[in-house]
Amino acid sequence: MSQTVTTLDVNTAPDGGHGTDYIRAQSGIMSWLTTVDHKRIGLMYLISTFIAFAMGGVFALILRLELLTPKQTIMSANTYNQMFTLHGAVMTFLFIIPSIPGALGNFLLPIMIGAKDVAFPKLNLLSLYLYWIGALFTLSSLITGGIDTGWTFYVPYSSTVTTTSVLSVTFGVFILGFSSVLTGLNFIVTMHKLRAPGMGWYKMPLMLWAIYATSIVQILATPVLGITLLLLIAERAFHIGIFDPALGGDPVLYQHFFWFYSHPAVYIMILPGMGIINELISVHARRRIFGYKAIAFSSVAIALVGFLVWGHHMFTSGQSEFAAIMFSFLTFLVAIPSGVKVFNWIATLWRGSISYSAPMLYALSFLILFSIGGLTGIFLGMLSVDLHLHDTYFVVAHFHYVMVGGTVIAYIGGLHHWWPKITGKMYSERLATISCALVFIGFNVTFFSQFIMGSRGMPRRYYNYLDQFQPLHAFSTVGSWILGLGFLVMIICFIKSLRSGAPAPANPWGGLSLEWTTASPPITENFVRTPIVTKGAYDFNTENA
Amino acid sequence: MKNPIELGSFWLPRQGSTLAERIDSAWAAAYWVSVLFFILVAGATVLFAIKYKRRSERDKTSPIDHSTTVEVVWTLIPLAIVISLFFVGMRGYVHASVAPAEAYEINATGEMYLWTFTYPDGTTTVNELAVPRGRPVRIILSSKDILHAFFIPEFRVKQDVVPGSYTSVWFEATEARETVLLCAEYCGSGHSDMMATVKVLEPSDFDKWLEGNNNSDLPPEELGKLLFAKRSCATCHSLDGTRIQGPSLKAVFGREEELADGAKVVVDENYIRESLFNPGGQVVRGYPPVMPSFKGLLKDKEVDALIAYLKTVK
Repeated sequence: MSQTVTTLDVNTAPDGGHGTDYIRAQSGIMSWLTTVDHKRIGLMYLISTFIAFAMGGVFALILRLELLTPKQTIMSANTYNQMFTLHGAVMTFLFIIPSIPGALGNFLLPIMIGAKDVAFPKLNLLSLYLYWIGALFTLSSLITGGIDTGWTFYVPYSSTVTTTSVLSVTFGVFILGFSSVLTGLNFIVTMHKLRAPGMGWYKMPLMLWAIYATSIVQILATPVLGITLLLLIAERAFHIGIFDPALGGDPVLYQHFFWFYSHPAVYIMILPGMGIINELISVHARRRIFGYKAIAFSSVAIALVGFLVWGHHMFTSGQSEFAAIMFSFLTFLVAIPSGVKVFNWIATLWRGSISYSAPMLYALSFLILFSIGGLTGIFLGMLSVDLHLHDTYFVVAHFHYVMVGGTVIAYIGGLHHWWPKITGKMYSERLATISCALVFIGFNVTFFSQFIMGSRGMPRRYYNYLDQFQPLHAFSTVGSWILGLGFLVMIICFIKSLRSGAPAPANPWGGLSLEWTTASPPITENFVRTPIVTKGAYDFNTENA
Repeated sequence: MKNPIELGSFWLPRQGSTLAERIDSAWAAAYWVSVLFFILVAGATVLFAIKYKRRSERDKTSPIDHSTTVEVVWTLIPLAIVISLFFVGMRGYVHASVAPAEAYEINATGEMYLWTFTYPDGTTTVNELAVPRGRPVRIILSSKDILHAFFIPEFRVKQDVVPGSYTSVWFEATEARETVLLCAEYCGSGHSDMMATVKVLEPSDFDKWLEGNNNSDLPPEELGKLLFAKRSCATCHSLDGTRIQGPSLKAVFGREEELADGAKVVVDENYIRESLFNPGGQVVRGYPPVMPSFKGLLKDKEVDALIAYLKTVK
C-alpha cells in the first residue's frame, strides 16, 4: 500500500521531541475545561453526548417495558408521557444533532484538511459550554416535574394546558441551538480558510462535504427554531396569542415554524452519518470511492432541497390541499440524492477488498437499515397512504430506521474506525463484532415489528393500547433488550480497549486521508509541519490496478 | 369488541370503506417498489460482501471510480418511479379530500378526552358514532380545547381536529359491523383512552337508531340510566365505590363532599346540574378538574333524568 498523501515529516513518536500527544500534553481538569484544542473539545463532546445517549437509551428501555402490556405495567400515564418526551428531546437535541459534528467533526475536520485547529478555537469551546448549559436547562425538568408535550412541543397543549416545565426545556433547546449554529459557522470558515496546500475541494474526504452541507443547514435553519421557541415561551408566559386559537392565534402556524427547522434538522442528523459511511466503505474495502462528485453534490442537494419539504409532517394537519400536494412532490425529489448515495456505496463495494472489521460491519448494517428507512419514507411521502399511516407506529419505525439504523449505526461504525486515532489504543474485534451483531438483530426485532403495528392502525404516543396489539408490542420490547445488550457490549469493548488495548499504529486500516499520516493519538498541533496534499483521499490502488 | 381493528391482510386492517380500497392500492404500489429495491440493495450488499471478501493484504481492487452512463441511469429510473408514486398518492388524496355533495353530515367534536357527535336531527351521542352503510358520510370536525386527530383505521381516514377552525373527512362504509375511532394526535394523559365505537348500520337500522336515541318517552330513571351509559359517564365515575378519574357515584345523592378549596357541599339537584354544566366550578378535593362540560349536549329533561337515576344508585 503506497502512501499517497505527502507529509514532509510525520510525527510517529509521541515523545520524539516534536511535542507530546494531545491527551498527555497537559494535565489537570482545568487544562481540559480551558482548552482550545479541537481534539480535546471533540473528546469532551464525545463523552457528553454519550452520557445523553445512555440516558435516552435507558428511558427507551423503560418505555418499552411499560408497553409490554396494554394497561398500566410499571408507571402512570403521566410518567409515561414525560418519559417519552424526554427520550425524544434528549436523543434529538442532546445526542443525535450534536454528536457527530461535535465529537467526530471537531476531532477530525481540522486534521483531515491538514490544519492545526478550527478557525475559531475559542468559539469552539464556547459551543461546548453552550451545549452543557442547554443540557442543564433541559435536564433540570427531571427534578422540576418533567415535561409531557412530546419533543415537538405542539401548541396549544404546550402553551395552555400542560402544567409541566415547558419553559426550562424550551429555553434549554433554545441555547442548544446557539451551540449548533456556532459549530456550523466555525466548520464552514475552517473549510474555506484552513485547507492545507494542495487540498482542493475535490480532494477533501467526502465526510467533510457532508459536514459542510450539515453546517449550512445548521446556520440557516436553527435560528428559526430559536424564534419559534421564543414565541412559544412568550405565548406560555404572557398569553400573547400567536398560536392559541382562544386568543385569535393559529396552532397550525406553530407546526409550520417548528417543522421549518425540524425537517432540515433531520438532515443535520443524517448527513454526517452518510459522510462517515464514505470513509468506512472506501477504507475497509480499499477501493476508490465510486462517483465522488455525485456523492459530494448530493449532500449539498439534500441540504438545500431539505428546506422545502417541511410540510410533509403536516399532511393531516389541516393545511391546504395544494400545500400538501406541493410538499409531497418535493419530498419525492429529495429522495433521489439519498438513493444515489446508496447506489454509489454499493458500487464502491463492487470489486473491492472487503475486510470484515467492525467499521465495515457497521457500514454494511447501515446500507441495509438505511435502505429500509428510506424506502418506508416512500409510503409516508405518498399523500393518500400517509392519511392512514400518519402518527402511527409506522412513522416511529421509519424514523428510528433512519435515525438509529442510519445515523447512530454510522456514528458507532465511525467511532470504531477512528477509535485508534482518538485514543491511541486498538479495540477488540471479537467484542466489537459481537456487539455489532446484537445491535443489528436487536434493532430489527424492536423496530420492524413497529412497522407492522403501525400499518395495522396502532397510533404512536399511546400509554394504553388495544389488546390485539400486545403480541407485537411484546416482541418489540424483547428486541429492545437485545439492542440494549448490544450497546452494553460495545461500551465494555471500549472500556476494555482503554484499559488494556494494544497501542495503535498511525494507520491501522491503510487509510489515505490526512488523519492517518499523523500519530495515534495526534500531537496537539496535529502535524509537525503543514502537510502538502498531492492526491485525493481515495486513490487506492492507483499503482497496482 | 375483542379485536376492534380486524385485519384485512398481514399489513393492513380490513377495508371498511370505499376509500380503503384506493389507499390500499397505493400502499401496494409503494410496497412492491420497496420490496424490489430492498432486494436489489440488500442483495448486492450481501453478495459483494461475500464475493469480494478480503483474501490477502495484497488484494487488487477496481480502479473504476465513476461511470456517467450508470449514474445517469440510476438517477433517472428512480426519479421516474417516485414521480409516478407521487401521482398515485395524490389521486387518492384528492379523492379523499372532496366529499360528495350529497354526503350525510355529522358534526364531531373532540375534547380531552372524549368524542361528541351531533346528527342533523339534533341527536347527540358521546363516544358512539353510528353511520349508515353504503352512504357517503361527511364528518365535520372541531375541537373544544387542543389538537386531536380523528382516526378510523378500518376506514383509512385521519384528520387533525384543530381548535378554532373546522376540518372534515368523508367515507362510505361498506359493511355493517363495529370498529373503533382513535385519537391520533397526542393530547395529554388521557390520549390513548380517547376512543369511540363506530357502528356501521344498515340504512333502515340507522334510521331506527336515530329515533331510538331521542328516547323521549322513557321514565326518568330509565332514561337517566341509558344516558349514563351513552354519555360514557362510567369512564370516570364508578357506581360501586371504585376510585377512577372522578369520584365514585355510589350513594352520591345527599352525600357531603369536600371541595378543592376546602368548602363543603351537599350533593343535591343543584350540585349535580352545576357539575354537568360547569364541571370546573366545584371540584371535589383530590380529583383533577378534567371533566368536560355537557352544556348544550343535555336537554333539561335529560338532566332531570340523570338526577333521578343518581338518586337510585345506592
